[in-house]
Amino acid sequence: MEVDRRGFIKIAGLVVAGLAVPPVFKVFSSTEMPKTLDSETLAKTKWAMVVKLENCKDGCTECIDACHSIHNVPDFGNPKDEIKWIWTDPYENVFPEQQSEFTEESLKEEPVLVLCNHCENPPCTRVCPVKATWQREDGIVMMDFHRCIGCRFCMSACPYGSRSFNWRDPREYIKETNPDFPTRTKGVVEKCNFCEERLREGLLPACVEACEDKTLVFGNLEDPNSEVSKLISSNYTLRRHSGLGTAPKVYYLRQDGTHV
Amino acid sequence: MYDAGKIITGIVIFLILMTVPIWYVIATGQASYVPDPKVNPNVTQCVESTDYMIKNHMILLDEWKTSCVRDGICTWVASDGETYNTSLAGTCLSSCHPSKAEFCDQCHSYVGIKPYCWNCHISGE
Repeated sequence: MEVDRRGFIKIAGLVVAGLAVPPVFKVFSSTEMPKTLDSETLAKTKWAMVVKLENCKDGCTECIDACHSIHNVPDFGNPKDEIKWIWTDPYENVFPEQQSEFTEESLKEEPVLVLCNHCENPPCTRVCPVKATWQREDGIVMMDFHRCIGCRFCMSACPYGSRSFNWRDPREYIKETNPDFPTRTKGVVEKCNFCEERLREGLLPACVEACEDKTLVFGNLEDPNSEVSKLISSNYTLRRHSGLGTAPKVYYLRQDGTHV
Repeated sequence: MYDAGKIITGIVIFLILMTVPIWYVIATGQASYVPDPKVNPNVTQCVESTDYMIKNHMILLDEWKTSCVRDGICTWVASDGETYNTSLAGTCLSSCHPSKAEFCDQCHSYVGIKPYCWNCHISGE
């Protein structure tokens, strides 16, 4: 068959036009997936926590035990491999900028409860090369353990040391596994998830529920009538390393003004 | 052809050696083995039809994982309108497929697939 220049251009034009058919068809034929939890609800929520320091009892580990048992957090028995979602550190390490030469030694050593701050401006999510950690619309800094490649950039980026790395297979080091929550595997980073799996079912985070002394208050910052909003708006509060601009959503509150 | 006898003998020996696994499997009766995944006998219905699940369970589970972990949507509507929780341990394993060894592993071991679901998810075994 002889094809002249005009004929060739006509056929080429038709082929190019034909290539545009499938994408256009896709756009007009797609159906919306049914969603029970819509982004509108998520966008109206901003989860935050208040730690009432004066209520926290020395030596009590109720909240830590509750969290670590439901989330299958292993205990390797040495600080090098330690995995922690919620733990205590001495006051002088948690709030170094609050120290002075006059701070009593006993106050410096007082344990303060710490966990992932679920920062409004999280540095960890910015450095993750595979988007295995990201900020949800409700402010929770989530981890996708499926996607984590174990590069530990997020651990370097976090100024609070909130992330731990599984140097070994954690399975054997979990005392009692909770079948409703997965364990992690070797080479994966993990941290507190604000109990998003419990929030989904309308439950409070495990640590908040476990504390009998009402040390931890959890709620929605977008709701001006929530307890956290009221506490934060009308009290002196501290946030860890607030000068870094990460805007933590874990607030520390001391209403009595003295230490125990 | 030079050395035809040697070459043809060599080819025959090569073919026999190459096909030894096939003969071995036939001789030991393993060729007739068919995987037999067992489900809870009291359950008649999966989230989708058996045919669909055989072909697409891995795609479905992957979609469940993505929607729950990344979008926070942990329920899923089946084609018959029924709503299910997208949970491997909670929905699949808890009542219908209680034994990983008798269900999942049957086919996976047969075809030599090692899914890494179980590195983290707890099968109860």
